[in-house]
Amino acid sequence: MTMLATRLKRKLKGAMLKWLPGMLTCVQFEDFLIEYMEGDLPQRQRTVFEFHIRICRECREYMAAYKRTIEVTGRAYGNGAAPVPDEVPEDLVQAILAARRG
Amino acid sequence: MAQTSRTDETELIAGLRRGETRAFEMVVRQYGPRLLASGRRILRDQSLAEDCVQETFIKAFERLDGFEGRAKFGTWLHSIMVNQALMKLRKLRPDKHETIDDLMPQFDADSCRIEAPWSHLATPHEMLEEEQTRRLVQSHIEQLPETYCIVLQLRDIQEFNTETVSEMLNISQGAVKVRLHRARSALKTLLEPLLRGETMS
Repeated sequence: MTMLATRLKRKLKGAMLKWLPGMLTCVQFEDFLIEYMEGDLPQRQRTVFEFHIRICRECREYMAAYKRTIEVTGRAYGNGAAPVPDEVPEDLVQAILAARRG
Repeated sequence: MAQTSRTDETELIAGLRRGETRAFEMVVRQYGPRLLASGRRILRDQSLAEDCVQETFIKAFERLDGFEGRAKFGTWLHSIMVNQALMKLRKLRPDKHETIDDLMPQFDADSCRIEAPWSHLATPHEMLEEEQTRRLVQSHIEQLPETYCIVLQLRDIQEFNTETVSEMLNISQGAVKVRLHRARSALKTLLEPLLRGETMS
């Protein structure tokens, strides 16, 4: 596709997303993304959001990479929350209590 | 947080306020392990984490009057620890990104996203199995400015919920979400060569 055709296609897409009812622009999609991920979008907005995922290749792929980033972050230091030791080292307990006594 | 009922917690705090040595010791033994685990995750160093936990308890004991009981006591302690850890991180890593504006997603004048096509999206296994790439991922996380790095640490790594993180950082839940989204977006940009499988053998 020539550069001109690509630009025209993006312009048409931008206009369609902006003006057709029940559509979101990519910028609006971005604004809603965290609420969607947190499960905080009301049902109607969720439907509109999910429709955008279906029709917009860029946002669909962006979101897949965004979700993968979250997965990778969560596992970057091992799985899940940090293992909690049964107790703190005794010398640390004593140091804290001694510091309090001043 | 530590497995303490509200009543136990109230009694323990009353003991602290009365200056009972036994109460101080119980608090350190009860809440210390989780604070230490979390501090170690943030600071990536056992002895720094121990220093941080010690400073946290000392500050908490000095500021007991400031605990109003709105958050759980464990969350309040955690918020002090996070702030102490942030101060240490600022000293430790002066070469962090100062701003993440350049790492945010791009849009054209028609509000369309600019995103090169993805022919490959690496799996977490592909990205983390090699020590070298795992280190690279960790260093990208750690190079984010502290305000973003800490939100990623608490939400996506330590898996606290938004409400708890908001209490720990003393910011609104909306602000937690904004920071979390910006942090994830920035990190996605930084990890992009790895995510696309471009820098792996």
